[in-house]
Formats: sequence, structure tokens, C-alpha cells
Amino acid sequence: MSANTMTDDKPAAQAPARSLTAGQMPRWVWSVTAGGALAVGAGLAAVLGEGFSVAGWAIFSAVLFILGMYVITWRVQNRRRAVDGLWRNLVWAAFLLALVPLISVLWTVLAQGLPTLLSNPGVLIYDMSTTNGATDIATQQDGARLSGGFVHGLIGTVMITLLATLISVPIGLMASVYLVEYSRGGWFARAITFFVDVMTGIPSIVAGLFAFAAVQLFITTFIGDGPAQLQMVKMGLSAAIALSVLMIPVVVRSTEEMLRVVPNELREASYALGVRKWRTIMKVVLPTSISGIASGVTLAIARVTGETAPILVTAGFIASTNWNPFSEWMTALPVFIYRQLVNPTAPSAADPSQMRAWAAALVLILIVMLLNLLARIIARAFAPKKTGR
Amino acid sequence: MTEKVTAHSSSAPAPARSAPSGLQTGGTGGASGDRVFSGLAYGAGGLILVVLAFVAIFLVTESLPALWPTVFSDQDSISSADTFLQYVLPLMGGTIIASIIALIIATPVAVGIALYISHYAPRRIATPVGYVIDLLAAIPSVVYGAWGMVTLAPALVPIYGWLHEHLGFLPFFAGDPSTTGRTLATSGVVLAVMILPIITSLCREIFVQTPKLHEEAALALGATQWEMVRATVFPFARAGIVSSVMLGLGRALGETMAVTLVLSPGVFSLSLITSGRNATIPSEIALNFPEAFGMRQSELIAAGLMLFIITLAVNMIARWIVSRHKEFSGAN
Repeated sequence: MSANTMTDDKPAAQAPARSLTAGQMPRWVWSVTAGGALAVGAGLAAVLGEGFSVAGWAIFSAVLFILGMYVITWRVQNRRRAVDGLWRNLVWAAFLLALVPLISVLWTVLAQGLPTLLSNPGVLIYDMSTTNGATDIATQQDGARLSGGFVHGLIGTVMITLLATLISVPIGLMASVYLVEYSRGGWFARAITFFVDVMTGIPSIVAGLFAFAAVQLFITTFIGDGPAQLQMVKMGLSAAIALSVLMIPVVVRSTEEMLRVVPNELREASYALGVRKWRTIMKVVLPTSISGIASGVTLAIARVTGETAPILVTAGFIASTNWNPFSEWMTALPVFIYRQLVNPTAPSAADPSQMRAWAAALVLILIVMLLNLLARIIARAFAPKKTGR
Repeated sequence: MTEKVTAHSSSAPAPARSAPSGLQTGGTGGASGDRVFSGLAYGAGGLILVVLAFVAIFLVTESLPALWPTVFSDQDSISSADTFLQYVLPLMGGTIIASIIALIIATPVAVGIALYISHYAPRRIATPVGYVIDLLAAIPSVVYGAWGMVTLAPALVPIYGWLHEHLGFLPFFAGDPSTTGRTLATSGVVLAVMILPIITSLCREIFVQTPKLHEEAALALGATQWEMVRATVFPFARAGIVSSVMLGLGRALGETMAVTLVLSPGVFSLSLITSGRNATIPSEIALNFPEAFGMRQSELIAAGLMLFIITLAVNMIARWIVSRHKEFSGAN
């Protein structure tokens, strides 16, 4: 607390002089306090913890700085300013605290995934059909080349997501058209809005169970309930249905918002020319808001691409590539990551599985980030011109 | 309603294509186009309600054997416990405890960041910070799980040791502290990181809607920035904060992969820092469903039904709070 005593003396002596700067803190106080907090924090971290750690140092320094600034401001200025400064510092601390996990996650994935991706680009073109315990043990113990990869996961993710998009975009789009253009705020529209909100909160695993139960019920009722038929339940289509349940509410919400900002003058101008309502919607309303809709759909795709649990319970996981989402099991990229981490191909030699999993995680993050970026670009590039009115 | 949907969806593309292009069409073709289009829109809206009803109906049908084994199956009891309640209550306990840990950690930080973006950050920084928080939301849950397992869990081991040493008299920190860090507490921390961006972005949206005149009036009366926030922003946003926290809770309750990867599951226990204790409903389903069949499958679907009911209740309460305060706050 050396900083504390240093700053206390001077302003106390100046206080009686009623100038404009009386009761104000000099600008250098916070940097001096920060320096003092860092120094004392380093000492505390070294003494209290077993050995010096950067995390301990940062925490001790932050606490010391916030407390120190509070006490100093209270002594020099007044209690209200001190409380104000305290909360300002706490808000800043909250922001810095949130950066820690973000940087840590990104760093972990990069550090673990990038070396594999660079040294074994083959993981992007091979599937796991020729990889078994023996090849992985050879990789770990004899330094053989990493075998296998996750192209089957990439294909599975693309097929399942594509199918889910094909199911949910028309439904979501038409539902929001109903909400904005046709409904007059009746009970039906209010029920849809309310339950779309509720659907947003359905846990993804419940969506997976629903799709599984629905497909199983359908197959046992119409096709038969032998073991072969029960085997049929797990396929890409079931996973696509599960993802649609998660995707539809996102599409409806974003599209609805976009349709609502289309100026009413455009619709009225179209009606005034004698154009029918459905053609007005198709030719005027939707084209005006298409950029927002497209960006909302892209964000929805990005959201479901990373989903693991619903695909795990509906599509299973296999080692070979399957292009057909209507039969046989299918592996998605997130499921691949999960299985490789939890059940390594060779339990006694888990390193190759870990390497593949982290490389796949890096690829998955890149895909999701690119989709998010794409959504922003679409929203910006195709936005209707705002000027000229 | 469903009949209507199928009828329209099969006939829809035809009139849409056969209608001549250009805006000057009229006559009967356009009229039937109007009817088809409005029917299609109506049907899509109805389909959403039907799907949600089906979610509930299918889950109930498939879980009946586990809920009443004597009536709906040829077995006397379910396979993992004597009664379904005995099976599902410990799982519910684990789910709720993990979510509460997540809320306790995430809520203050999330509200802080939302305030940072809306009122404290310099304008040049505020927008990029919003992007960064969105980035946090975009990371897939399986990646968070892997990160929690590999990076976070070992990092928390010394903290658990410290908690056990100094606060071991509390039931939460009793028991042997984990040496791997794969505990319910770690799951809670990972969940906190995952729901942080959700609460933040919802709160931020409400905070920026605070009437500028209220804020300026407070400042003109000589309030400091914090007093202004406390006097104008918080009263205005109170319902919104509560509902966004509830929505975060709903997300935490249903989050699967992060918990599945981080937690090494076991029987229910109040101790949060011991490995091989506790499990949550989603992680139980994800771990066991791929190999389950028959009665076990019904049990897991029934557990999923319980989760569905809990999250549905939480979400409905959140929406209800929002709609109740809609008229006089920005919480919509």
C-alpha cells in the first residue's frame, strides 16, 4: 500500500485552497496505484501461493488496484466518486475476465489442432475405415504416419445441415410471412410467436430425442418393428429433423424482424398499382429484406453446424464415409470430435485420436466462424440502399 | 391443419410458376395464387405449433414404459432403479446444481459486460467488444467441452484443494478434492462461460434502450455515472435482466456436450469438488443413449421429457415476465 500513503498527503494539504481543482484527483493517480498494485500483487502471489503464478499475480493485482483506487478516491475526493469509480473498475474487470476463457479456448484449439493439420493434411481427405487400434499404436510408439482423418465427418455435417436447411427455411420463411403479412394479431399469431419463443429454448438433446422418437414411431407403425427396421431409425434424415426443430425458431425470429422493417409505403405503392398481395410479397417485400433473411439463415446454419448431442442420438457414428442421409448411420464432425476424445480408437494409445479430434475441432471452429463472417458480409453487401428517399 | 399443409405444399409451386412474370397480372390466376400463398403461410405457422405438440406427444408415448412399467411394459420395474423417480431425481439435482453454479458466476459478469458495452466503453471499442462476445457464442459446445476437459479442469485442481482445506466444513467442499478436476463445479464453470454471451447480448439490447432523457436528467441533477446507471438503467431493465438470466438458465439446463466431456459422472452428492459424483440429465442421455434399447431407451427418453418440462417452465416464466413488463419497459 505504498501508493496509498504517497497520494494521501498532498491533496490533504491543498484541500483548504478553494480553487477549481480542489477535491480533484491528479491524472497520474491511477497509474501510480496500478504500479503499486502490480508490485504488491507480485509479492503476495509469491508468498501466499506455492510458487509464483501469473494467474495469481493478475488476480491479486486486480483486487489491490480496485480496493486501492476506492480508498484513495474516498480520501481525496468523496464517497460518491469512490463508489462510482469502484463500479467503473468492476465493469472493466468483468469485461477483461470474459476475455480470459475466449483467448484460452482459441489458444487451446490452435495449439493442439494446428500442428496436426499442418504436419498431416491427410486428415482432411481420409476417413477412419482403414484406421484401427494397431495403426494408432504404431503411430504413437514407432512414429508411423498418422492414419485416418475426418472427411466422413465433414461430409456428414454438410449433408445433415443441408437437409435441415432445406426443411426449415421454407417453413420458417412462410411462418414469418404469415406473422407479418397475414395475421392481424389474433390468438393464432400470438400462439405462434409465443411457442416459437418457447422452441428457442428446447434443449438440443431433447430435439434429438424427439426426432428419434418420431422416426421410430413412424417406422414401427408403417414399416415394421423388426430389428432391421429399428436399425433404420438412425440415419442422416433423423438428425436433419432434429436440427430443423432447433433451426426453425431462429429462422422465424430473424426473418420476422427483417420483414417488419420493410417500409409500409412500399407495400402500399404496390397495392395501389393493383398488384395482388402474394405477388407484392414475392416481388417487393421479400427482395427488399432478402439480405437480412439470408444473413439470419446463415447464422442459423452456423448455430446447428456445431450441434453434437442431437446428431449423436439420431445419426449414430461410423468410421466410413456415407453420402446417403436416407439410410445407414452417419458421422458428423462434432460427433467425431466427441467420440475420438471419449473413446479413442486405440485405448492404450490415445494420442493419435486426440490429435485427430483437435484438428477436427479447429476445422469446425473455422467453419462456424466463416459462416458467421459470411452472415455479416451478406447483411452488409446486399443491404437495401438507405439513401435516395 | 396438417392435411391443409400437405395439400398446399404439393400444389404450391405450380401456380407460382405458371403465373406470368411482371407486375401487371390480375384475374383469376392471381386470385388463386393469393389463396394458395396465404394458405401456405397459415399452414407453415400451424406446422410449427403441430411440431411442438408432437415433441411433447412423442416424448410422452416413448417414455410411458418407463413412467408406468407395470401398465405399459412387460417388466415390473425400470432397469436402473426401483422407481422412475428414484432414477431421475438425483439426475435432476445434478442438473440444477450445475446450472445454479453457472448462473452465480455468469450473471454478474454478463451484466457487467453488457453495462460496459452500453454505457462504459469508449464508442470505438464498444462495437468490436460486441463482436467478440458474439464470437464466444459461436464456438460449438463440443469445443467448450474439450477445452474444459483438457485446459480448465487441471487449472482448477489447486483451487479445489484450497477450498477443501479452508471451507471443507461446508457440504459442497467436503469429500476428497478431485485430482483431475473433472467435477460438477468445473462443469458449472464451463456452463457459465457458455451462457455468458446469451445473457450479455440480451441485457445489452435492453440497456441501450434506456430513454436518453432519463439518463440526461439524472446526470443533470449531479449524479455520478454509477448513480445514473442505478437510478435509470436498472429500474428500466429489471424485468429484462431477470428474463435474460432465466433464458440463460434454460440454456444451461439443457447443455449436453460440455458437461458430458468435463464431468466424470457418478451417484448424486452435495460435494462439488469430487470426481465420480453427480450427473446431469443431458449428459446421462448422451452417454447412454447410443447403446440403449428397450426399457433403458424409454428411461432415457423419460428423463429427456423431464428436462423438456423443466426448461419449458423456465422459458415460459421468462417470456411471461417480459410480456408483463412490455408496456412500460424496453424488455421486449
